[in-house]
This record gives sequence, C-alpha cells and structure tokens, in this order.
Amino acid sequence: MNSPKTGEFALIGKSVVIKGELSGSEDLYIDGQVEGSIELHGNNLTIGANGQVKANVNANGVVVQGKLEGNIKASDRAELRKSAIAVGDIATQRLAIEDGAYFKGRVDIQGERAKQEASGGK
Amino acid sequence: MKLFRSSSGDTVPNQNAQPARSTRRSNGLGEIAKVLAQQEQLCILDLGSTSANNIRYFTERGHKIYSEDLLEASTDPALATTDEQGKPALDSKRFLAENLMYPSSQFDIVLCWNFPDYLDESLVKPVVEKLWSVLKPGGLLLAFFHTREAGPDAVCYRYHVMGGDNLEMQPIELKKHGRGGSVIRLQRVFNNRHIENLFRDFSSIKFFLSRDNIREVLVVR
Repeated sequence: MNSPKTGEFALIGKSVVIKGELSGSEDLYIDGQVEGSIELHGNNLTIGANGQVKANVNANGVVVQGKLEGNIKASDRAELRKSAIAVGDIATQRLAIEDGAYFKGRVDIQGERAKQEASGGK
Repeated sequence: MKLFRSSSGDTVPNQNAQPARSTRRSNGLGEIAKVLAQQEQLCILDLGSTSANNIRYFTERGHKIYSEDLLEASTDPALATTDEQGKPALDSKRFLAENLMYPSSQFDIVLCWNFPDYLDESLVKPVVEKLWSVLKPGGLLLAFFHTREAGPDAVCYRYHVMGGDNLEMQPIELKKHGRGGSVIRLQRVFNNRHIENLFRDFSSIKFFLSRDNIREVLVVR
C-alpha cells in the first residue's frame, strides 16, 4: 500500500505539520509531520512514505512506510515496510518487517494471555 | 498464521529477483544455541541488518530481542568530521552518544555478525569497548571476520538465525546501503592478534575457522 485507497480514514497531507496530542476513533493516514503523541484505540495508523512522526503511537494496527521516532503499541499488528525508518520499541501481537526496513529498538511480542493479564483478565 | 513477512527460510525462487541467499553452519551460533536452550528470558542484542526472522526466532523462545543496525547507523552523514591531521573521519563520540545507548550489563548475548570488518576504523575500538560494558559478566558476543583480503566490495550479509547452528546469509547491496548514501565497504582484514587485542578486556576468546574463509569469534565478558 503506497497511498490510502478508501475514504474511510482521516488524512494528514504532505504539507501539514502538527505538534501536540492526536487522538481519534477512525483510521488515520499521515503523510506529513507530526510531533507529540498519537492515540487511535481500536483503529489503524499508516505513516506514509513522506510521513515523519516523532511520537509514541497507540493503535490497533500500525503500518510504517516513512519515518517514525517513538514507541509503537499496536494491539493487533505492526508492519514496517521496506522504506521504513523506525526508532523506538515495538509492543504488538504480530509484527511484519520487510527487508530493507531500518529498525532500532526492542521488540515485545505479546500473546493473547499477556494481553489479558495486562488488562486485568477482562 | 505467518506472523512475520520476512521471506527468510523460503526456498522457492524469489519473484523480485533479490540476491540469492545461502546457508552455512556456524560453530559460534551453535554454542549460543545451547545457551538459548538452557536459559530462559535472555536479553539479546542483534547488531546486524534488521532481520524479522531473528526477531521471531528469539521472541518465540521467550527471549528479549533488541535490534540495532550499527553499520547503517555509521553511514549517517552527520558523523562526518576530520581527524587531527585533517583527514576525513567519523565522530566516534557522537556515534556512541546516539547508538548503543543501553545500561551497563544489560545483555546476555550480543550478535555482531560481520559488522566489525565493515565498520569505519575510528569506530571499531570504541564500539567494542561499549559492547563490553553493555554485556553482562559471563555474557557472549559473536562476531565474524574475514581470514583473507577479499577486496572492498566483499559481500556483506544480513544474517538470519534458522535454528541450531544454521545460519542463512542474505547479501546486502552495499552501494545502495546506508542512510547517508555512503558506501559500506570491507575496511580491513584483522589477523588473530588484532582480534585478540580488540577483545583483550573480555575474559575469554574462542576462534572457529570455517571453510568459507570466515573466522568466527566467540568471546565471553
């Protein structure tokens, strides 16, 4: 996926620069610059090839094609595409890293049990 | 369900015509595999080119994995400086301020693979000293060295741990590698004495000479 294909998401375009807390309840595609924090519980985040993000990210799924400096917490899956430059720790259930992606950090693969324990068994 | 996208372990021809992978047996990795099987929740630092396969391999076995592509990091153009004689060099202090930032004695195992042969001369000694400090006492470090001159374009690999002493080697296209666009090249060939000097602060060093002109070195802090 090089660019978003549907309209079911919010888009931060190439020329947009945001500093601060970003939160939402829909999928988000970032092709611009974001610095701060990103909270998308139950929704997906895609950092496009032009995206430059300095933030801790919390989402259901996270796809990185551009640059991300910050920790990823993805309740379902995280993907680092070949053009990705990701510096920070990743905590997720499923992880895909394409050859060529640059990653610096710790990986914590969380199983269902660990997830339930973390949420108090709810 | 396949959790990782890496094509490591695939034996079918790759449709994207990527450089062919090869496999080798690694005595050093074999020694590490024994430790991995005997102990739980080890903390491992993989300093090679990012391998999703390695992340999967170690996390599936309950170990903690940290990944950091040191060779790629060394190509950051911001590191460029000059030495006392005005010759081009890399700023080792800045490099260590931005990389390998871990507490002392954090890791049980450090996998260097072949990066020392390709790392800029000015970084080799400081990096090895730093690795000594981040290893736990008794921790293991694995590194590969060429045994003979192979030319500056000698193939650099991404190493994938396949289990036991099996290692898959994926050639990295050196001229396209590096964030700063700089070319990663084989810098030198260490002889045994150089290697012993390099790791002189460690408590023991073991050499494994393989048929493919690679000298594997397993050192213990």
